[in-house]
Amino acid sequence: MKFAVVTFPGSNSDHDSYSAIRTLGEEVSYVWHQDAGLSGFDCVILPGGFSYGDYLRGGAIARFSPIMEAVREFAADGGLVAGFCNGFQILVESGLLPGALMRNDSLRFRGQWAHLRVENNQTAFSNRFATGQVIRIPIAHAEGNYYNIPEDIERVERERRVVFRYCDRGGAVTERSNVNGSINSIAGIVNDSGNVLGMMPHPERATELILGSADGLKVFESMREHQHQLSDGAAA
Amino acid sequence: MSSGETIKTATGYVRFKDGVLDPEGLTIQKSLATMGYDKTRSVRTGKFFEIELADDSAEARRQLEEMSEKALANPVIESFKIVWP
Repeated sequence: MKFAVVTFPGSNSDHDSYSAIRTLGEEVSYVWHQDAGLSGFDCVILPGGFSYGDYLRGGAIARFSPIMEAVREFAADGGLVAGFCNGFQILVESGLLPGALMRNDSLRFRGQWAHLRVENNQTAFSNRFATGQVIRIPIAHAEGNYYNIPEDIERVERERRVVFRYCDRGGAVTERSNVNGSINSIAGIVNDSGNVLGMMPHPERATELILGSADGLKVFESMREHQHQLSDGAAA
Repeated sequence: MSSGETIKTATGYVRFKDGVLDPEGLTIQKSLATMGYDKTRSVRTGKFFEIELADDSAEARRQLEEMSEKALANPVIESFKIVWP
C-alpha cells in the first residue's frame, strides 16, 4: 500500500505522518505541493503544521496549491484522503469537507493530550476501533473550533459522519472535555462518501507507547484494513 | 503612465456572520469594560483588505468580487463588503 504525504510550505507534521506510515510498515513518499499528480498512491495525507504561516486563515492559501486539484480528483475517484490539524483546515477550506475551523473558544493555543470517543467504527479510518472506545491523542492548535450552521451539523450527525468526539477519560462528552469549543464536541468527521477524513488531533503523533500513546496507529491500520477489503472485493 | 491616470484602491471588509461566536470580540469588550468604558454593549472583530487595482475596468471589479467570495472570506462563517473609491 502506498501513502502520499503532501508537504506545503510551512507543513511540519509531514515528517510525523511519514514516520507513522513507516511504523505501520507501509510505503510512503513525500509529495511537494507544486507537484501535479498523485498516480500510484492509495492514500493521501494532508499533514499538520502552519502552511503559508496560517496567513489569511489556516489552510486558506494551501487550498489553492497546484496539488489540490489532484487531491480533489483523487477524492472524487474514491481514494482515501486524511487531513490532520492543518490538513483538516485545508480540507474544509477546499470544500472537500463541510464546515469551518475557527479560533479556539479559549483564545489559547492548546498543546496537550486529549481524549476522544470513537463515534462510528464503520469508516475507512476507524474500523480498527470499537464504537464507544476512548483513545488518547495529542492536540496542538489555536484554530480547532469546528463550526457549521445547525442544519448542516444535523445532517452530519444524522448520517453518522462524526468519527471522533472530544470526551473525558471516562468517555463522557461534556463542556469541560471540549478542548476548543467545537460544536457538538466534534473532533473528526468524514465526507458523504466516507473516503475523506478530517480531524484536528494528531494520530500521527500517537503511534508508539514511547510517545505516550499508540492509539493513533489504529487510524492508519484502519485505512490499510479498508484498502485490503477493497482489494479482496475486487479479486473475488 | 498616461496623464490623468489615478490609482484605484478598493477596500474589502470581512466580518463574521450574525450568530457566529466571536470570542475575541467578547474578550475585547470585557477588557474595555474593565478599563472603565462601560458604555460598550458589544464588539465584533473582522478584517479589512486594501486592494490596489490596475484599473477600474469591469474585469477588475469582477475579479475583486470573485476573489472576495472565493478566498478573502470564508462563506461558511464570514460575509464581505467591498467599498469602492
